[in-house]
Amino acid sequence: MTKHINIHSVESLGALDGPGLRTVVFLTGCPLRCQYCHNPDTWMLGSGIDYSYEELISQVLKMKPYFKNGGGVTFSGGEPLMQSDVLIPIAKRLKSEGIHIALDTAGVLWNDSIKALLQLVDLVLLDVKHTDHTTFTELTKGTLDDTLFFLEQLKKYQKPYWIRQVIVPTINNVQQQVLTLEKMTRSPLREKIELLPFHKTGLYKWHALGLACPLEKIPEPTTSEMYLLSALISDTDHRGRMSS
Amino acid sequence: MTNTAWNGFTQGEWQTCIDVNNFIITNRSPFYGNETFLEPPTQRTTDLLNHFNTLKNEELQRGGVLDIDTEQVSSLLSYEKGLIKGHRELIYGLQTDAPLKRGVNPFGGIRMARQACEAYGHQLSDSIEDHFKYKTTHNEGVFRIYSEDIRKLRKSGVITGLPDAYGRGRVIGDYRRIALYGVDHLIAEKELDKKNLSKDTMLEQTIQLSEELYRQIDFLRKLKEMALAYGHDISVPAKNSLEAVQWTYYGYLGAIKEQNGAAMSLGRVSTFFDIYAERDLAQGVFLEIDIQEIFDDFIIKLRMARQLRTPDYNELFAGDPLWITEAIGGMSEDGKTLVTKSSFRFLHSLTNLGAAPEPNMTVLWSEDLPVAFKKYCAKQSIATDAIQYENDDLMRPIYGNDYGIACCVSAMRIGKEMQFFGARSNLPKALLLALNGGYDTMTGMAIGPQLPVMADGILDYEDVRARLDIYLEWLCEQYVQAMNIIHYMHDKYAYEKLQMALHDTEVHRYMAFGIAGLSVLVDSLSAIKYATVRPVIDDQGYISDFNVVGDYPMYGNDLDVADDIAVDITTAFIEKLKHYPTYRNAEHTLSILTITSNVVYGKKTGATPDGRKAETPFAPGANPMHGRDSNGALASLNSVAKIPYDACRDGVSCTFSVTPATLGNNEIMQTDNLVTILDGYFGQQAHHVNVNVLNRDMLIDAMNHPEKYPTLTIRVSGYAVNFNRLNRAQQEEVLSRTYHQAL
Repeated sequence: MTKHINIHSVESLGALDGPGLRTVVFLTGCPLRCQYCHNPDTWMLGSGIDYSYEELISQVLKMKPYFKNGGGVTFSGGEPLMQSDVLIPIAKRLKSEGIHIALDTAGVLWNDSIKALLQLVDLVLLDVKHTDHTTFTELTKGTLDDTLFFLEQLKKYQKPYWIRQVIVPTINNVQQQVLTLEKMTRSPLREKIELLPFHKTGLYKWHALGLACPLEKIPEPTTSEMYLLSALISDTDHRGRMSS
Repeated sequence: MTNTAWNGFTQGEWQTCIDVNNFIITNRSPFYGNETFLEPPTQRTTDLLNHFNTLKNEELQRGGVLDIDTEQVSSLLSYEKGLIKGHRELIYGLQTDAPLKRGVNPFGGIRMARQACEAYGHQLSDSIEDHFKYKTTHNEGVFRIYSEDIRKLRKSGVITGLPDAYGRGRVIGDYRRIALYGVDHLIAEKELDKKNLSKDTMLEQTIQLSEELYRQIDFLRKLKEMALAYGHDISVPAKNSLEAVQWTYYGYLGAIKEQNGAAMSLGRVSTFFDIYAERDLAQGVFLEIDIQEIFDDFIIKLRMARQLRTPDYNELFAGDPLWITEAIGGMSEDGKTLVTKSSFRFLHSLTNLGAAPEPNMTVLWSEDLPVAFKKYCAKQSIATDAIQYENDDLMRPIYGNDYGIACCVSAMRIGKEMQFFGARSNLPKALLLALNGGYDTMTGMAIGPQLPVMADGILDYEDVRARLDIYLEWLCEQYVQAMNIIHYMHDKYAYEKLQMALHDTEVHRYMAFGIAGLSVLVDSLSAIKYATVRPVIDDQGYISDFNVVGDYPMYGNDLDVADDIAVDITTAFIEKLKHYPTYRNAEHTLSILTITSNVVYGKKTGATPDGRKAETPFAPGANPMHGRDSNGALASLNSVAKIPYDACRDGVSCTFSVTPATLGNNEIMQTDNLVTILDGYFGQQAHHVNVNVLNRDMLIDAMNHPEKYPTLTIRVSGYAVNFNRLNRAQQEEVLSRTYHQAL
């Protein structure tokens, strides 16, 4: 029997989700319901296209000529951990082809197959939605503790990671929140913190799904606002040590 | 042979025979550093540039042509020497007696020259009209011979843009020979060749070549006289960088005075000049800022080059291009790089003088190019959109170290090979002709073999492919016939005597055929094969449209089932062309290149089985059809990379447009990622790519407010244009192309 993985879409030229040029595979299924989600059409597990393992693997391998300079494949979503069991054989195969694998996750799930998958992954892009427990839950319908537990696992299994957070005006565009994020996620395994501006280009997808986006009226952060927030943590070197 | 002008150069074969390649290989200084050594423009450069920009604005206000000399026929000695009044020039020489004033060159065809003058409010003088009453032009010669079938193919637009009424171009004189050897030595060599030839049996070939040599020598003499008017004696070799650039430019200037060719490439001069620059820098003759100033001045002169053409012609080749193509970089066969400081200096002119379409900067890309140079190219691409890239690792094994690019993508050994240019055939139209059994619904003409219309229900792929084969075979035969006639007549009535004088006497010739609308044809065949395509029959019994039911794999998504059709078609086409012998035993080649004519070709083509509506533009070159490459930018490039260069030796053109944010969120990332894309694409044996890094919004704004973007340059199809020089339809077509975004 052919095994399948359910995929929302594949982007062949991804320069924003991990190092180098990457094929970004957006999987369906997500346990969170983030108010600013720009891919609400990936929420439902199974709502995308079934790819056989071979189909997906061959599509990724076709892009191998572009993976020099640190590139590779990024599994994103949705929440890719929702399909961790089917990702394991795919990741094994890609690993054997020498492909760099990144996992773009909110880290709110944990089980044995996720643990096994983690061993095959080269880099984790951990999206920490908010550093305040209550706001985290309001914003995502999940819990911050899950993400923090996942972070502990990354440290335990010595996985390099990047911390990412989407900056949404009125919700987390506060200096203290960003400084807390830096402190909360600090470890020698952390290679980078990326603050990403909230953008509304995915708004049409909410409408297409007949949903109202709770943040519809919130403006996108300005370039200068993003610059100032990023500057707060930019003199922290990537391992988390403050430079003098 | 020796000469004091060569003091300090490493000795070699180049001293015993004419061999610029050997001179470069023995003397070049590979450069692995970055761009920090480059100098800004001098005040003098900036003043001259400002003056040029003012003239350009005036030209634009006058409808695209500043002035025309309607009294003389353009040639080397037709005009008084041209100077830019009120400015000190470093590199001398204008095409006529004043900057941007155009000369008339009716040898391609008097009608075109007359129409062009009239289109811009001038009248061709009586003396020229009279003169050409008693002279046969290339155009007249061709039409004396054209068959009924060829006329129909031309009229219906199955073949369009043939160089039968204008200069064929695509010949690159080795202008460097003038600087290295001086004209007297070149004349002596040609005289020797002619003398040797006179011992041969005097039959057609020998007589033709002998007469050509006579004309070559005649024009080398005229070239000396032309230079002398500016006070320069080019009978002897150039002594320093300034003279090397000047001598070389005189050769190029002579060529564009004498020929109004479609594409008049420069060749590969930057690394040649670098050898002089290195010697001058070492001896303290010039400083870096002087060298850059010389190059900048030279490039301003190239940007001033103009030809007089009709508005019709501009519809095919938009933006008034000359394709002053300069091949930059690359590697040599010994594994060393041909990148020198002057490779950087040429690209740096885009910073010093602003972005511009000319000269057509063409970087010969190799995986082994110095990393700093790769990054600098990418940086300049992102900043200016004025660079095209071609695969040196693919071409070098075929053409050796010293090849250039004629026009956009046509490789040839400089001074050793030339090309008979042949525009292109509209293959989607050929498919419609095949389905309608030799009837063109757009013109109502019966063309080619007359067979039943394929009107019986759902189209079957095997039947259609077999039918297409019949028409392609017939088309190829007619195409070769037409080309033989054209180039016989061009050699007879509009021979490129000066450019050919800067070639070896025995040259290898290519005959370059072309395909337009490849992606439309491939998708049409894919639709017939994988979806259900039912022809719509009009009241006269001909197919006027198609009903397409179901999905089909489209070219441009890295899907072999679709891309294989592109491989099949290109391979079949060149094989068929080779069935028919060529004039002067030229080697058949094929390009997938449309310039901007993809708009015109589309206009002349009815609805196609891929679902494309009648009269809508094709995709340019080998590009996937607009918006159909939905698997992302790299999948799109991978599809193009599959088209075999072996079948398409005259080039496979691809235009790649990407938004800056897609490449990364800062300049370093964008640069690194663009380098990685180029390495990845060319690593798959791809041939060519134009790179545009720009926002679609900016183009829309530029369309509505051209005054805000006077220098906005974009790559279209093997060359760059100033966006403001495109007409509205062409601008809209550029906008409809796929702009790859990560979302």
